[in-house]
Amino acid sequence: MNAPVETPLLGRPLLEMRQVTQTYSLARPTLLGTRPSLTVLDHIDFDVRPGEAVGLVGESGSGKTTLTRILTGMEKPREGHVFYNGADIWDGDGERWRTFRRSVQVVMQNPRSSLDPRMRIGVSLLEPLRSLKIEGDHATRVFEVLDQVGLSRQALERYPHEFSGGQLQRIAIARALMPGPKVLIADEPVSALDVSIQAQVLNLLKDLVNNLGLSLVFIAHDLSVVAYTTSRVSVMSAGKIVEVGKPMDLFVRPQAEATRNLVGAILTVESGLAGNALA
Amino acid sequence: MTGTQLNALEVKNLVVHNTALTAVRGLDFTLPAGGRMGLVGESGSGKTLTALALMGLLPMGWQANGTVHHDGVDLIAQSDRALSSRRGRTISMVFQDPLSSLDPVRRIGVQVSSVIRRHTNVGKREAESQTIELFRQMSLPRPEQLMRAYPHEISGGQRQRIMIAMALACYPQLIIADEPTTALDVTVQKQVLRILNAAVKDRGCALMMITHDLPIIAAMCDTVAVMYAGRIVEMGPVAEVFRNPRHHYTKGLLDSQPTMDNIALDGSSRLASIPGMVPPLHSLPAGCAFHPRCAAATEACMTRVPPLDDGSRRTACWHPIEASVAMVTA
Repeated sequence: MNAPVETPLLGRPLLEMRQVTQTYSLARPTLLGTRPSLTVLDHIDFDVRPGEAVGLVGESGSGKTTLTRILTGMEKPREGHVFYNGADIWDGDGERWRTFRRSVQVVMQNPRSSLDPRMRIGVSLLEPLRSLKIEGDHATRVFEVLDQVGLSRQALERYPHEFSGGQLQRIAIARALMPGPKVLIADEPVSALDVSIQAQVLNLLKDLVNNLGLSLVFIAHDLSVVAYTTSRVSVMSAGKIVEVGKPMDLFVRPQAEATRNLVGAILTVESGLAGNALA
Repeated sequence: MTGTQLNALEVKNLVVHNTALTAVRGLDFTLPAGGRMGLVGESGSGKTLTALALMGLLPMGWQANGTVHHDGVDLIAQSDRALSSRRGRTISMVFQDPLSSLDPVRRIGVQVSSVIRRHTNVGKREAESQTIELFRQMSLPRPEQLMRAYPHEISGGQRQRIMIAMALACYPQLIIADEPTTALDVTVQKQVLRILNAAVKDRGCALMMITHDLPIIAAMCDTVAVMYAGRIVEMGPVAEVFRNPRHHYTKGLLDSQPTMDNIALDGSSRLASIPGMVPPLHSLPAGCAFHPRCAAATEACMTRVPPLDDGSRRTACWHPIEASVAMVTA
């Protein structure tokens, strides 16, 4: 394990997981046998500070998705705690839960499946305000958020099928911003997008961190994309966090085998042209 | 028909359309025997429909025009029956998602050996032993046991290697790979590419690699054709095109790749990005289809379609980037 990365005065963690372990029970191998269990997260510590962009990488099956589900409160961990602003989200009243739900929002991989195809964009954007019972001037909020993600007001009247993947991902980000979150969790937000659009969405996420002071948790399998977007990266393998470091350090001095594998998997145009990329 | 024998593929004025839309708007290129060409494009560029047209596998309602010379015949003019006997024998394809290309209820060994038995005159035993040998070449573990496995029992990387084995089983002259590693885990991608690369090289078969991933093209191909909105906008030797792009779209694609320089800045740098989005097929802009997103666009670009010029480096642009300018901005 590396020495912890020092973070410049960002204060206490805003969202954190402490010693989280998650196990799923599997089918009985025989009729009278005991159910074996599968540990998908093994004593995980993970946090993000106010205004910080952190990354999480790992191969499929390493536990990224389960970690995301627990971090967003979609799943309750068997052991360990999730704290938002110092308070345990699973141990409190409805008010605490509501604050957590407003403050931590998610952007998923495929915007086509995360937006209701029969709902106009405007209605989709208002949905989180309605379900979280947030009062206020909703129209002003909608216009404000559209500006933040760079969409025109005409978008509100239209349906998801009228947009390209990149625009839909902007809409999904806009919807996540509607309740005024403090933390944005993006799970593979660009892997379903075209190359020329990926850079736009990555830049947008960076702008949100820099301009709105949002915290960002960026989850992906591609270390180069994560490294570009964040300033601290955790590497997962087989349910454990095996390495935490600054992006460049992970590239130059990978310690864990999983990190070395991820770094080794990166193909670049230059290494390809040099002719030794597949050696 | 001079030169036909030396070329794996000669495509002239290929157009793919349905009643309402034209997705591929006149492609011309030649792929020499044993050559490796990359076809780069984003979704909607027409790259997959091009591949399907070459294979005679266009979806219902789509039609191809033009000529595609391969192995002494024009593929476009061939009957379904003739094409069917060709697929897997002289030309074969590896698709993006191996799980949906394999039959889930048949054993893997049967699926691969049936390709061999269909196209060659060998018995069941011989086909099976050839299949086991193929699996060995694909570095698949325990080939004999794998023969009896079902697709769901093996990993994604192994499935894609099975697909490559199946495509190469009858020593085709040309293999078309459409995003063969996009559905795979990153750490497996390189291994599958390495195996595909070696297998194609060993057999001297030509490769057409279709992907949106520029590094893969850089590693696997000799030449590259960049497609935008159904046309080739730039074409030439990979190293020249990628080091010294002349079309503004190619340069934009190259610039939007994260590099070590971006990463070294610990998240504080910005990637260059191409503004706007890929135009939908039903409302393509007049003139050069890229002009609304191009910083160098002028009047001419809005009205007249730039032709793809001749030579080994071909560009379809009214204002191509000059070599010296590209060096300065690089």
